[in-house]
Amino acid sequence: MKIETLKREWVGNIRGDVLAGMVVALALIPEAIAFSIIAGVDPMVGLYASFCIAIVISIVGGRPGMISAATGAMALLMVTLIAEHGLQYLLAATILTGVIQILFGVFKLSRVMKFVPRSVMVGFVNALAILIFQAQLTHFVGETWIMYALVALTLAIIYIFPRVTKAVPSTLVAIIIITSITIFGNIDSKTVGDLGNLTQQLPVFLIPSIPFNLETLMIILPYSLSLAIVGLTETLLTANIVDDMTDTESNKNRESRGQGIANIVAGFFGGMAGCAMIGQSGINVKSGGRGRLSTFIAGVFLMILIIVLGDLLVQIPMAALVGVMFMVSIGTFDWSSLTNLHKLPKTDAVVMLTTVAIVLVTHDLSKGVLAGVLLSAIFFAAKISKVKVTDELVHESTKRIYYVHGQLFFASVNDFVKKFAYVDSVREVEIDLSNAHLWDDSAIGALDKIEMKFEQNNIQIIYSGLNKDSARLKNKIGGLSKASGH
Amino acid sequence: MFEKIVLASDGSEHSLRSTTHAIELAEKFNGTIDVVYVVDGQTAKSDVLHNNGKLEIAKKRHEKMKPVVDLLERSDVEYSIHILHGEAGPTIVEFTNENGFDCVVIGSRGLNDLQTFILGSVSHKVAKRVNCPVLIVK
Repeated sequence: MKIETLKREWVGNIRGDVLAGMVVALALIPEAIAFSIIAGVDPMVGLYASFCIAIVISIVGGRPGMISAATGAMALLMVTLIAEHGLQYLLAATILTGVIQILFGVFKLSRVMKFVPRSVMVGFVNALAILIFQAQLTHFVGETWIMYALVALTLAIIYIFPRVTKAVPSTLVAIIIITSITIFGNIDSKTVGDLGNLTQQLPVFLIPSIPFNLETLMIILPYSLSLAIVGLTETLLTANIVDDMTDTESNKNRESRGQGIANIVAGFFGGMAGCAMIGQSGINVKSGGRGRLSTFIAGVFLMILIIVLGDLLVQIPMAALVGVMFMVSIGTFDWSSLTNLHKLPKTDAVVMLTTVAIVLVTHDLSKGVLAGVLLSAIFFAAKISKVKVTDELVHESTKRIYYVHGQLFFASVNDFVKKFAYVDSVREVEIDLSNAHLWDDSAIGALDKIEMKFEQNNIQIIYSGLNKDSARLKNKIGGLSKASGH
Repeated sequence: MFEKIVLASDGSEHSLRSTTHAIELAEKFNGTIDVVYVVDGQTAKSDVLHNNGKLEIAKKRHEKMKPVVDLLERSDVEYSIHILHGEAGPTIVEFTNENGFDCVVIGSRGLNDLQTFILGSVSHKVAKRVNCPVLIVK
């Protein structure tokens, strides 16, 4: 890489990057803790992950100024793995996720993202928002009105405080106020400390203590695959949003590879898998962060805060975190998709709703994405498999010309073959294919079949107007199916 | 007096009123109009979500500005369109102050009451911090 680029990305915007990085670090703390609690691990796992991923991605990522750390989308995928097999398996799965993502980057598979339709992406963020919201509801079980009041107060502060100043993240202000209220008011409310431990030390390098055998691999592989897919989906979506917000370009393959390296490092240092964050990246850009330095500072400052504030962090009431998570959920949901639902093409709306439904049932975002992609592929095939055939009689009713409009391939040939009158009084038939395209051997097979049927009725048939590609395909495999007697 | 005019607009029906006023002003003073449409973070997110790729996004945004462009085309005023990124208020202020404009024309509405309560009104922010006269169209 050129020295100039390196210089611009690291020290081109020092003041803005340092300030924005610090703001992001402050905003990251409650989220990293809350996402750990969603996953069912100690808050340290999310905090270490956020520290490692932010630092590593700032160096090896492909989108300067984007923030990656522990995220809700990833945390939601880990729940059963942790419940059934424990933390060590999660760390191993995190490392394997990284390996898979590096392969994605090396084989330049970010291009595949183009095949994830917009309606699936909208379904993805909406399902994610609903799941994060749902995950908070358990914290209300058995709680008194105090919990509800504190959550409401948290939300009020989060949404109204920005009117006073935007220099400090309002989530942080809410956390500080609510924590002070419970500490000084002696209010008995569940805290972060009740749900897990928080140690004030730097992460250390550890190899996950799991049996290294095929059985272990088979346990973690499905989780790692899901994590890799979901992580890259959210990362590349976030990269596109940051590209647009800053009016600049980014290297998506380098980013995929970078996410992989970051997750491997996180796994070895006791962190859970993460990915890019839409909300935090937005905060970074809005606070003036543009370069790699902003992400780096976010990671470093986060670690400093943990070491300095560890004692206080465990005293944060869950009510405050639940409030922050509600805000994350509201911010993640694509509200315009609700107001525009009736304006969308019906198939798009169905794809979006199906993606959401599958995720809500399986609690697995990757399954929703796969189902959505599959469904829209089917809809697409259905849409383009509509072939129109019109005809006219010429030469004093001795010849009929058929005009074919559309795409001929495996999904469209069945109906296509039925569109001709094989028993006819004409002597000659011409099939004009100048507005059609032949795509596969099914199309060629269909043409052979049509030819045969007409010949059986003693009608001469010619094909005309084949475009170059179609003609080449027909010459290559045409006549085979007829010769073999089908 | 008002020769270099900034017109802040999001292509909405309400901003068309500001457009007609800006045109009248420009015609009177033989001035030019620079239309500014600011894409904020929320809009960037939903535009990226709902469109395939950069070209489609750019096309959609230009389409959004089309009613404004149509009005300007019908007048004889020289104009240009700028699509900027950031928070609406500060971005309009920065663009205006840095390029030495003589006047900003901006609509008073756009957001609903709740949004105005939480975010504050853009026109108010612009009027407070811009270095030239501001015409707020009701």
